[in-house]
Amino acid sequence: MTSDLLTPAECVPAVSRRDALRRAGLAFGAIAALPVLGAGKASAQTAPNPNDTVSILNFALTLEYLDGLFYERGLATPNLIPANDRDFWTQLVANEQGHRAALSSRIRQLGGTPVSFTFENFNYQALGFDPFSSYELFADLSQGFEDLGQRAYKGQAPQPAIMMNDVVLTEALQIHSVEARHASVIRRIRGREGWITLNQTDAPIPAAIYAGDENLTQGSVNVGTLAVTPLTIDAATRSEAFDEPLTADQVLAIARPFIRS
Amino acid sequence: MEPLLTRSSAPTSRRDFFKRASLGAGVLVSASALQACDSDGTDSGADVTLDFSSDTGVLNYAYALEQLEAAFYTQVIASPYSGITADETAVLMSLRDHEVVHREFFQAALGTNAIPDLTPNFSSVDFTSRASVLGTARTFEDLGVGAYNGAGKYLTSAANLTLAGKIVSVEARHAAAIRDLLDPRSPAGAGAAGTNIPAVVTAGADLALAPGTVLSQAQPFITETITVRNA
Repeated sequence: MTSDLLTPAECVPAVSRRDALRRAGLAFGAIAALPVLGAGKASAQTAPNPNDTVSILNFALTLEYLDGLFYERGLATPNLIPANDRDFWTQLVANEQGHRAALSSRIRQLGGTPVSFTFENFNYQALGFDPFSSYELFADLSQGFEDLGQRAYKGQAPQPAIMMNDVVLTEALQIHSVEARHASVIRRIRGREGWITLNQTDAPIPAAIYAGDENLTQGSVNVGTLAVTPLTIDAATRSEAFDEPLTADQVLAIARPFIRS
Repeated sequence: MEPLLTRSSAPTSRRDFFKRASLGAGVLVSASALQACDSDGTDSGADVTLDFSSDTGVLNYAYALEQLEAAFYTQVIASPYSGITADETAVLMSLRDHEVVHREFFQAALGTNAIPDLTPNFSSVDFTSRASVLGTARTFEDLGVGAYNGAGKYLTSAANLTLAGKIVSVEARHAAAIRDLLDPRSPAGAGAAGTNIPAVVTAGADLALAPGTVLSQAQPFITETITVRNA
């Protein structure tokens, strides 16, 4: 497990761990290559199979519809987004469209059927307020969606069905970091810095989005007690240096109220 | 805030020197390198070889970039450019702190397998210039994101991939914040091109850079020669 980072075996001529892993991965690849039937809206309700690439990608695609269609509606809502900020949000929409296109294409290439959603499939009032009624609330929920997204990708990238496929893994990582870029700027729009401090929510969005983000134990290292002489860095700032993953179940528990069955 | 060291204050070790990073420009400090996994046994000065056939090689690659970033922001905060705003100071101090934590994390995690301390060369950076400092910060952060994204496929341990994932998204946050400082509320913040800012996101996909590409951009800022094998 996490001891891998500290395994003192790295001077062993490394033919091989990767190769061994790749061979082991063939089994997963074989599964993933099978056509997946019935990968419809069920993806929004149940956690993906960690050994099924298509299942995981459809889980991610669901989240991409959730936030992408939200921004599109925001841009289409009169007097919501200030003129000076519209270019940024327009780029966000383009990026999310790119994510949906890439995921859908990869799912088809793997023999699967990409999920598809429309605006009407989502309930953006699920938190008890209308996020299209003020720019502040719109940005609040946007931040939540982006941080949820980056934590979701982070949780899924190491799953066997993603990690064993270099192409799929790299594509997922390339989306993952873009979600983090988005989250950072949205936080700045909200008058905050761009990073997650401890597990602070600081907005009327579910606290579960930031559950566990205060973690300071990284691998076998307690980041909270690392010497940083001559600096003094408090625990809150140290926690900002690491974004934590969420499991698929955690992500779904947060996302499900926004998805109309 | 750290004191500005004078040029006569001799660092007691390369490590101390590096942490203070107050004499960044053009200083060459050579030391015999204790190279993890270096099998050639020659006296190669301080040059570093990273073998990507093991996770340790990949993580040392990340460690090298974190060393570079931490040293850079340490100097930025030690000698801020004139006219720096409160927002810029806050962002750059956070970046310094985060990168120092990353650097110390990798050193602790890698232990005896860690590469030596690297010697920064910031002779091409004008620390009195906002454009130079923020432009260099943008380069480093976007480069870091692309480096992590491109190196993920070489990691064999899921735990190590998770750790890399925890850090790369913070690098991406940094990159976006710097891009937002350079071109506020523009598409550049989301990775598209901006005023004097290159695009790094295409069709929603961030950079994923080969190690050779990353090193060709990072090497001018590092005194030691870094070589990657098996990638």
